[in-house]
Amino acid sequence: MTDFLLATAGVILFTVAVGLVRILGGPGDADRMMAAQLIGTGGIASLLLIAAATGARGVEDVALGLALLAAFASAAFVNSAAPAEDPDAADGR
Amino acid sequence: MSVLQALDIGLAFLIVAVAAWTIFARGAFAATVGYVVYGLLLSLVWIRLFAVDVALTEAAIGSGVTGILLIGAAARLRGGETAGDEKSLSGAARLLTAGLCILVALALAGVVLLLPDQGPSLAPQSMQNLAETGLGNPVTAVLIAYRSFDTMLEKVVLVLAVVGVWSLAADRYWGGAPGEARAERPEPTLAFLAQVLAPIGILVGVHIFWVGADEPGGAFQGGAILAAMWMIVMMARLTEAPQTNAFWLRLTLVAGPVVFLTAGVAGAIFAGGFFAYPPGFAKPIILFIETFMVLSIAVTLPMLVAGPPRREPRQ
Amino acid sequence: MSLVLDLFGIVAIGAGVFFFLAGTVGLLRFPDALSRLHALTKADNLGLGLVVLGLLPRGDSLLAALKLVAVWALVQLAGATAAQLVGRAVRRKGSAA
Repeated sequence: MTDFLLATAGVILFTVAVGLVRILGGPGDADRMMAAQLIGTGGIASLLLIAAATGARGVEDVALGLALLAAFASAAFVNSAAPAEDPDAADGR
Repeated sequence: MSVLQALDIGLAFLIVAVAAWTIFARGAFAATVGYVVYGLLLSLVWIRLFAVDVALTEAAIGSGVTGILLIGAAARLRGGETAGDEKSLSGAARLLTAGLCILVALALAGVVLLLPDQGPSLAPQSMQNLAETGLGNPVTAVLIAYRSFDTMLEKVVLVLAVVGVWSLAADRYWGGAPGEARAERPEPTLAFLAQVLAPIGILVGVHIFWVGADEPGGAFQGGAILAAMWMIVMMARLTEAPQTNAFWLRLTLVAGPVVFLTAGVAGAIFAGGFFAYPPGFAKPIILFIETFMVLSIAVTLPMLVAGPPRREPRQ
Repeated sequence: MSLVLDLFGIVAIGAGVFFFLAGTVGLLRFPDALSRLHALTKADNLGLGLVVLGLLPRGDSLLAALKLVAVWALVQLAGATAAQLVGRAVRRKGSAA
């Protein structure tokens, strides 16, 4: 079972790696903003699998922290790359 | 080769690749994204090394707070970026730099490979005396009990950093508020994210701080998560950064180191040594100190990220 | 009993990995930023949910299992909102910002 968990963690990390190639290499900032999303979900999944396989304790708190920080990083990336226009101005919607 | 070893090697290659990309990336924003990804992957490595507290700190501060610090800096530099690119190092200087870097890397690799299997360590002694401190987490014991003086000095360094950042303001702005003003109608999506995340984040941050006495966690990590929540609320412009001459702000900033130092001096008076804890009372005192440390960190980090004051102080 | 739980774990985690792979394929093959965002958010969140589901029986305690479910709920929420934010930014700046 531990081998299976580690193997799946490896596969998920591989998908993160491939996704990173696309996202980090992609033209323009639009793709980069998604990096936090990708690494957030993939990273948390690998983290939980690796911890379950190797018996590290207390990892659920790290996963909670990672989830919050990935969301925070996403918001920060978007805010920096594409700052919100003045919401008081007309948006045309 | 076992599955575990293959996984470790794959992870190592991935991290080196991301680090290399970060160095070669064009544009500060792209490099910052690479840096944050690198930090989050590094926390996986810490989990593999069974250093769960360090993994939490790496995720929270190494990539989270430092990442947003870099993003803010990149945003401020955006105007002047293209001008600097024209002046780069000459060929000889580049070769010299590359040579020195390779030398350092080889030296580091040599040191790591030549480490003895059973390196010198105080871990057994620290575990033996853990019961006396009343704590269950050896990392917290090291931070707040065994080498508490260092930890207090680290908090002092944070306060000095904030003073340094504030001193970058123009004279007429001293005492004013950094960052942007509160928006009349904040952008709905970001505001929603902030309004939902912040309460959850505060809960998680306090939990991680409190549980740090016995399980992986601690004041620094909990404080960093609380700081991130305040920063996201400020990003959504639901609230604005406080004026830097606000009394409560300055009090909270120094509360951590001051309480810590007071406890140390009190230890000299009541417990026989500077930063000694009276036996039996160690855990309550430690938690008391940590509470103020969390508050200080939760206030210091957002102030560092918000930057120097940019508006005149209101009276 | 533990065999049944192991089997349940394997099926759930396997399905989760499948969704991660599907999300990455979408990330690679979809033509523009918005559809890539869609593949990333939906598939990866579902993948994480299934992985969490598969790991639930192995938890140390009820609290640990609840924390895992909370992690998934948080990632869903944060992921959906972040996707909205990124999508809006992409639309405002144009696809190949």
